[in-house]
Amino acid sequence: MIEFEGVGHHYGDRVVLSDVGLRLPERRVAFVGANGSGKSTLARMINGLVRPATGRVLVDGLDPSRDGREVRRRVGFVFTNPDSQIVMPTAGEDVAFSLRRSGLSAKERAERAAEVLAQHGLAGYADHPAHQLSGGQKQLLALCAMLVLEPAVLVCDEPTTLLDLRNKRRFVDLLAELEQQVVLVTHDLDLLGGFDRVIVLDAGRVVADDAPEPALRHYRKLVT
Amino acid sequence: MNVGGWYEPGSTLLHRTPAGWKFLVLFVLAGVVFFVTSPGWLGAICAAVALGYAVARVSLRRCLQVLRMLAILVVFVLALQWWLLGPVPAIVMCLRIVAALAAANLLTITTRVEDVVSAVERGMRPLGRFGVRPDRLGLLVGLTLQSVAALSTIAAEVREAAKARGADRSVIAFTVPFLVRTLRHADELGEALAARGEGDG
Repeated sequence: MIEFEGVGHHYGDRVVLSDVGLRLPERRVAFVGANGSGKSTLARMINGLVRPATGRVLVDGLDPSRDGREVRRRVGFVFTNPDSQIVMPTAGEDVAFSLRRSGLSAKERAERAAEVLAQHGLAGYADHPAHQLSGGQKQLLALCAMLVLEPAVLVCDEPTTLLDLRNKRRFVDLLAELEQQVVLVTHDLDLLGGFDRVIVLDAGRVVADDAPEPALRHYRKLVT
Repeated sequence: MNVGGWYEPGSTLLHRTPAGWKFLVLFVLAGVVFFVTSPGWLGAICAAVALGYAVARVSLRRCLQVLRMLAILVVFVLALQWWLLGPVPAIVMCLRIVAALAAANLLTITTRVEDVVSAVERGMRPLGRFGVRPDRLGLLVGLTLQSVAALSTIAAEVREAAKARGADRSVIAFTVPFLVRTLRHADELGEALAARGEGDG
């Protein structure tokens, strides 16, 4: 389970989060909010990319600031821009890169990578140059590179912002089928149909925490 | 930018030869061509490399790409060397360059980067006791190739944007956004690597 206890953060003088306290046992949780509301910062704290200035974060009882490595083994993270997430020349190699410390042989890593790609709509792309994939395929590749590690939690920071409608739908359908706990950061309200809980942030504070319907009603009122 | 050296999948003899051997042969060949001075022998070596392309069944399109790259280079080198040293040394130098570069290209066409990297890693392992981290090498190679692709994309987009504003001759209109986006790319890349456990030792 993911817990935030009195979490606050600031970049220079600008306060981006203040006194956030949340317990997130649900399988599908979304952070919604305007640009600059602090939702991405909050999400980055889950795997220790950002350390809270005050308060603490716990993932299954582990503090990402202290046990970063252990936490990152449990928490996968998909970013907005797939071009910055792909580090190897071909799709198969990129997924296999995630397994570099798994103790598997190079052949086993390649097989495992091809398997995961095939399960998520990229069958036959293992030898394909990663940077010649379409935007939607690249984001699927970034997802595969995380899923191959079988994390317990998957955090996605606006993963569909750069995708067209069809690819967005596809990505969201895939997310819906995952057995992982998913924390989705988004300002795309169409994505939240099957979600258990939506947390609305505004200027670094939680202003609504509810089922999707009422939470989004609150958010719409906030922005108009 | 033509991402020239990417791997082309295949199952020919050259694809199946272990990367370490191919690497070694390439090194030896590159060494040999700089000791051989006879245009006849160098021509024979070039022919042998060309034969390698046939054995690896490299597509005509890729062959033409390689030829175009070599042709541009050869024209420059030939003109310069001919002017400075005369015809025979100029031809010898060009044949050397063609043999070495064509062979290097053949290696990258028939070998996955991962295989080259693990071959180099194996070769470097004895250096581990001197503090060299062979496992970092793979990442270095991957990131180098990734950065070439990423930077050329950024450059193209920035140039387009400058053109759209009628500022295609302005150095500032290119440099500033190019630097900003390059730095942002570096930040994002660092975050993505951290999220994938790089740096966790």
